[in-house]
Amino acid sequence: MNKAELQQKANQLRKHIVASLHAAKSGHPGGSLSAADIMTYLYYEEMNIDPKKPEKEDRDRFVLSKGHVAPALYGVLAMKGYFPEEELLKLRKTGEMLQGHPDMKGTPGVDMSAGSLGQGVSVAVGMALSAKLSGEQYRVYTLLGDGEIEEGQVWEAAMFAGHRKLDNLVVIVDNNDLQIDGSVADVCSPYPIADKFKAFNFHVVEIDGHDFDAIEAAFKEARQTKGMPTAIIAKTVKGKGVSFMENQVSWHGAAPNDEQYETAMAELEKAGEA
Amino acid sequence: MADVKKIATRESYGNALVELGREYPDLLVLDADLAAATKTGIFKKEFPERHIDCGIAECNMMGIAAGLSLTGKVPFASSFAMFAAGRAYEQVRNTIGYPKLNVKIGATHAGISVGEDGATHQCNEDIALMRTIPNMVIINPCDDVEARAAVRAAYEHKGPVYLRFGRLAAPVINDRPDYKFELGRGVTLREGKDITIVATGLEVNFALEAAKMLADDGVDVRVINIHTIKPIDKDIIVKAAKETKKLFTVEEHSVIGGLGSAVCDVVCENAPVPVYKIGMRDRYGESGPAVELLHKYELDAEGIYKQVKGNL
Repeated sequence: MNKAELQQKANQLRKHIVASLHAAKSGHPGGSLSAADIMTYLYYEEMNIDPKKPEKEDRDRFVLSKGHVAPALYGVLAMKGYFPEEELLKLRKTGEMLQGHPDMKGTPGVDMSAGSLGQGVSVAVGMALSAKLSGEQYRVYTLLGDGEIEEGQVWEAAMFAGHRKLDNLVVIVDNNDLQIDGSVADVCSPYPIADKFKAFNFHVVEIDGHDFDAIEAAFKEARQTKGMPTAIIAKTVKGKGVSFMENQVSWHGAAPNDEQYETAMAELEKAGEA
Repeated sequence: MADVKKIATRESYGNALVELGREYPDLLVLDADLAAATKTGIFKKEFPERHIDCGIAECNMMGIAAGLSLTGKVPFASSFAMFAAGRAYEQVRNTIGYPKLNVKIGATHAGISVGEDGATHQCNEDIALMRTIPNMVIINPCDDVEARAAVRAAYEHKGPVYLRFGRLAAPVINDRPDYKFELGRGVTLREGKDITIVATGLEVNFALEAAKMLADDGVDVRVINIHTIKPIDKDIIVKAAKETKKLFTVEEHSVIGGLGSAVCDVVCENAPVPVYKIGMRDRYGESGPAVELLHKYELDAEGIYKQVKGNL
């Protein structure tokens, strides 16, 4: 898929995110939109997966450690055909499949339940270790928030992954600079992020998380990196693609009302035509 | 009578892991820098490549165990009860319990019989914590025979299991050819018609000794061993409640949320009779030799005898 096609897919994913959150009347648009390009690249280019066989053993695994951006995962899974797109509009509704945070028991394509920050990365490390122990070739990807890495468990996991030289593991940090209480730099600064992962024996790649050329190069570099796990620190814009949500901390965990939904969808529609 | 053999159930855990490890190549053992104490070091010696030391990072260990289980392995994540159930509670709840993963948690050094290390290491709350997690099975074996059988049953069960072991050597009381371990089934070790003592883990043997002392006083005591605290054997408890006039529960655990509470839950709904709970009475332990602490906190045979006598 070329860059323009990937951009089209990412635009489509952003529309799904906005529509599902509007229907749900709650949820997390900011971080879902900031991660949309990375999620698109992972599911359309990078990972060895088969939507017809979600459980196939040699598939690459993805763990959404920042589980609150479930709408980004659900959107791309639906686009890939894991389940009907109509499900997206039933997000967070009683008795429906799509939970507020991912539930692997009920959702095809979700490799791990998540929601409590800092825990998914350990699970991804366990999967990567498992492949190493039994000589399997699949790779493991996990997406973390930049606020999430304030959790100590992230660094327990990073220490272990570096120690075990898990070069089949890619940790992506969605560095959108905002967390619920404000900017990450103000709340409890996780910076310097790249240096921290380097200190934990990771290969580190820093990119613009909305530039598909850079995203592609980073994942290729990760594949070529042997003897250590890779951390991709993706600089992103929270709320990316919806003008009034961009870089606004208030859009971390609030759903658009009818009017905001119309405006957002019109903006995305227009961006899609460009 | 010959001297009774004594083995700590943590030792049984290490030995059982080796036995099962030989049979099942998918079995892996995780530890958090306590392999010598949890006795997973026994497994490490035989299967070094299948023993994963996660370092002093129990929360991460639970996540790694989850990841291993999701990719076809059967991990036994091992640490002291304080850290396995206490420190990593939320990881166990959200990352193992909620997705119902096939992870086994081997928690050693439960209760005050930890001894000299004192209150920070004496976990009297783990059963209570684990009971609240849907999908979790909890087994608290009383001796070597039961502990080894419990580890096997945990492997064979598909889903999360919390195994509770002790540091102190415990008398072997189940060494008989017809011994059979059934997950979720209590065992009547002594028949009696006056009262029933329901005990678990290290306290089972003490309960049997107390029952003998009570018999000398003319009290006919039934003794039930509950090794599986969840799911609990309702039938055996309801039967005891109907056939004897009072139940006493005994555990090396807080009286809040443990075996006593589990028994009360069953009795209240099905056959209300008085239940007197013997255990740690909402307090912390302290340093000292295990045997002395068990005596001080009235969790040895004499302590059980006294408490039963005083509350008949």
